Amino acid sequence: MNSFTLTQATAADEAVRDLTSHDGAAYLGGGTNLVDLMKYNLERPSHLTSLGMLPLADITGLPDGGLRLGALATNADTAWHPEVEKRYPLLSQTILAGATPQLRNAATNGGNLNQRTRCYYFYDLAAPCNKREPGTGCSALTGPNRVCGVLGTSDSCIATQPSDMCVALAALEAVVRVQGPDGERTIKFQDYHRLPGDQPEKDNTLKPGELVTAIDLPAEGYADHFVYLKLRDRSSYAFALVSVAVGLKMNGDTIEKARFALGGVAHKPWRDQAAEQLLEGQKPSPDLFRQVAAKVFAEAKGYGEGSLHNSFKIELGKRAIVRALKQATEMQYEVNPNAFLNSNP
Amino acid sequence: MSQTIATPPTVRLDTDVIGRPVSRPEGPAKVSGAAKYAAEFSVTGPLWYGYIVSSPIAKGKITKIYADEVLAIPGVQQVFSHENVPSLAWFDRSYKDQVAPGGSPFRPLHEPEIQFSQQPVAMVVAETFELARYAASVLRIEYDVDEFNTDLKAAASKSFDAPKGKTGFLPPPKPKGDMDAAYADAPHKVSGEYTHRAQMANPMEMFGTTIDWLGDGKKMKIYDKTQGAPNVQQYLTKIFGLSKEEARIISRFTGGGFGAGLRPQYQVFMAVLAALELEHSIRVVMDRSQMFSMGHRPHTIQNLRLAADDKGHLQALEHTALAETSQFEEETETVVNWSGIMYNSPNSKFDYQLTRIDVNTPADMRAPGAATGSFAIESAIDEMAYAAGVDPLDFRLLNYTYEDPTENKPFSSKRLDACYHEGAARFGWEQRTPEPRSMRDGNMLVGWGMAAGCWDASTQKAAAKAILHADGTLVVNSATNDQGAGTYVIMTQVAAQTLGLPMAQVKFNLGDTEFPEAPIQGGSWTANSVGTAVQNACQEVGKKLLKLAQDMDDSPLKGVDFEDVQFANGCLRANEDVSRSVAITDILAASGEAKIEADGKAGPNPANLLKYSMHSHNAVFVEVKVDEDLGTVHVTRVVDAVAAGRILNPKTARSQVLGGVVWGISMALMEEAYLNNDLGRYVNHNYAEYHIPVNADIKKIDVIFVEEEDHIASAIGVKGVGEVGMLGVAAAICNAVYHATGKRVRELPLTIDKLL
Repeated sequence: MNSFTLTQATAADEAVRDLTSHDGAAYLGGGTNLVDLMKYNLERPSHLTSLGMLPLADITGLPDGGLRLGALATNADTAWHPEVEKRYPLLSQTILAGATPQLRNAATNGGNLNQRTRCYYFYDLAAPCNKREPGTGCSALTGPNRVCGVLGTSDSCIATQPSDMCVALAALEAVVRVQGPDGERTIKFQDYHRLPGDQPEKDNTLKPGELVTAIDLPAEGYADHFVYLKLRDRSSYAFALVSVAVGLKMNGDTIEKARFALGGVAHKPWRDQAAEQLLEGQKPSPDLFRQVAAKVFAEAKGYGEGSLHNSFKIELGKRAIVRALKQATEMQYEVNPNAFLNSNP
Repeated sequence: MSQTIATPPTVRLDTDVIGRPVSRPEGPAKVSGAAKYAAEFSVTGPLWYGYIVSSPIAKGKITKIYADEVLAIPGVQQVFSHENVPSLAWFDRSYKDQVAPGGSPFRPLHEPEIQFSQQPVAMVVAETFELARYAASVLRIEYDVDEFNTDLKAAASKSFDAPKGKTGFLPPPKPKGDMDAAYADAPHKVSGEYTHRAQMANPMEMFGTTIDWLGDGKKMKIYDKTQGAPNVQQYLTKIFGLSKEEARIISRFTGGGFGAGLRPQYQVFMAVLAALELEHSIRVVMDRSQMFSMGHRPHTIQNLRLAADDKGHLQALEHTALAETSQFEEETETVVNWSGIMYNSPNSKFDYQLTRIDVNTPADMRAPGAATGSFAIESAIDEMAYAAGVDPLDFRLLNYTYEDPTENKPFSSKRLDACYHEGAARFGWEQRTPEPRSMRDGNMLVGWGMAAGCWDASTQKAAAKAILHADGTLVVNSATNDQGAGTYVIMTQVAAQTLGLPMAQVKFNLGDTEFPEAPIQGGSWTANSVGTAVQNACQEVGKKLLKLAQDMDDSPLKGVDFEDVQFANGCLRANEDVSRSVAITDILAASGEAKIEADGKAGPNPANLLKYSMHSHNAVFVEVKVDEDLGTVHVTRVVDAVAAGRILNPKTARSQVLGGVVWGISMALMEEAYLNNDLGRYVNHNYAEYHIPVNADIKKIDVIFVEEEDHIASAIGVKGVGEVGMLGVAAAICNAVYHATGKRVRELPLTIDKLL
């Protein structure tokens, strides 16, 4: 068997020391992705540093009015936390749009950030895949790639980051707190995941041994004007073809502040700050939204036509942005956010 | 839910259970986990595990297998491959199972040649499952890779007429009149190409086999996941030269089959091979990705041309199809005939071709051929109705046929008209405004569409044995199958009512080759065929009971003929005077017999087959809501009106139809095995990426059984409900989407991108 040893760490610094003192080690959180990958024989860690005992499952307020999400809080506990539901309904809605209740009960926030792509070829040992085995090639460039990206892709990889939660975290401008061999540091969410370039095997900017300890949310949660629009092939348990998380601050009928991010289209949750700026200080209108959508996809590249190939995502993505911005601006905030849970549009 | 079922007798007896919505007797065992499936049985001694290694390439040849490296791992018992498989049966015919199509069946581990991606190339046997899986993962195999083609369109120029030979396959009907001239002259005409690609049956339970090596010569208990234990037994005994006693097949429960379990799958071959070679108990289970290596609903391209006169009468009908098959077999489905059976056009033409690509042989999958054909013809009929300016329901009624035009025979019964009327009434069809884009719900476009379907009502050879014990309990055995359809409960009902016993006193057993032979469970023929055999077996017991009753001292039934008695509430009594009655247990006690046994048989009635065309029918009405900007489609309402003869159990029959509707929604909106033609391989080989509906996708489904009883189709009046429920659903959804949006989608699945 692919045998491995396992240490049950009780503190973050201990976990980091344990991991860095073993070759081929991996952190084990909820296990909803890593254990699958081990069963598929895609990951073969020789040592696991289990994080289950670390005191990082709390969700607590921050002095600046923000909220700290422990890396080991489950996705379910986060989505249903009263402060998250009240102040960051976008995050709550987005988490609940992903996976299944069973998975959300086990999956952790830190693990959500670090889940691997769902590209078909990454999961198929018979298929070349630069992300799984650098240098073997990318089967998705010409093969069925409905699940793959159209923004920020490279010739070596067009995989997408599959998380829903991360799309909201990008829009909310969260900050990731990590601990590594050299101590603690913070990473802006937009810098956490990376584009594939010629190193698609690297999903994020973590340095060797670094462990996610928390995710900090800024005070602004856009609780009055938000939406997560997820378009997918069935109503649940399907990854986004395109998703849009929007948070707006309105002043009367003027958009004062706009943040949005896209899922299902890139190797990272896709934010376009120039497109966001187009919205700020403006009055909502279909033309404005279309202009913003066009800006986001100006550099997009599709990989083939037909339903098995992903060029349709460019048009679908534009339409999704227009719809999401419309929904967020028109939102009547007394509406129970839970009413959106099953409102797959 | 409501449905119309056979008219009950004026006084309903407790033991008149046919037609009642009784629950499955095995239900508690299933939901509590007590019901054992093939890979869950224990064996007498230690159990070893086989893990199958699948080919990563689509075509080529194995040049080297590094088995020694794996055999060196402690606990690994053997590596089976073409290099060490013993000499087995030589001729193709030994490998042909009951439903094998023409050609040379695939022989697992027979030769180094690779004919399809995921072909099983080796099996590692080890002392634990985990070890077997690990050893399989590190087994190095080298290949010479050949050029291949998995693209149906690229192979279309090499197509050929589908050969006869497969059981149940009907060649295309003969042409009538002058199709081309009629089409050219008609005032209204439509034509279109309709496509779906490969779909996988993908039952929840993985294919698996547990073999209990009994240590008595070659005797084995083979627990197999199959839709037909006798078919597996015949296959194995021919290939491995075993006797029936040596290869007993047991299949008590089957966690879905949908056609995938009609033919013996390669894991049972490999398990038997290993058990015989190692003289040891073994378990072999496919993994989910290997479930995509099996037969699938074939990628099919259909072309339809229809023409009608000004009144909406069809004048021309052409239906052609091109389907994939493998390089080594010719899988055939009845695809185009349904158009000819449903609609009478004076001019018609049909064609059905196959072409070979480098994939495994496709296979029957729920409503094989008809699901394919009905999608195309029922979409085209909708297009024709619009072109002729006639309501789609009226158009179907205008072109209704009381005879089967392909065989010029009357239908044994056909209540499709009742399906149309009752379905339309329940749905509220008369509220529909015909113009596309004319109905809305807020921002959503609303579409109402309909379609119809037709399936064979066939009876196969089947047998059953009934054993009535002195305590009044009845055991009935037949080697049939229950893949979830409800066989256990309906056979219990038939037996209970035939002998007038409470259901609690009746035990029906299936899935064991020690029982009388029954056909594989497919084709919607189980209720008709096995039901008739069960009824006949029980009637034979009844005749013996009457004779014994008449031998009793002071028998109240002396001189009464069998035709003049009834079995009810545990008694045998005279029809004319029910007070002339004897308790069945009293008859047995008086006779001194411990039990009474009798066999019953059923089979097709050749005279009826010559005279009649026998089919079940359905009409489907669908509402969709479409978000036009985003391309999303929701099926918000379905009414499926079914005419399937006598309904033995409206509860399980309804479940069958509900499942069929869900399947139809799945086929319409989601299902497709993504074939990568560069790799020659399906790439979405898991439940996460091969999409079928979740609960949130399924809204209101209303099932109607129209009143029908057909004693020509089967002695017990049944036609079968396994396939008919899903027919027309995909077409009705596409037709509804057209009504909603004005866009005609002719390629399944109808995903978001197709409406942008």
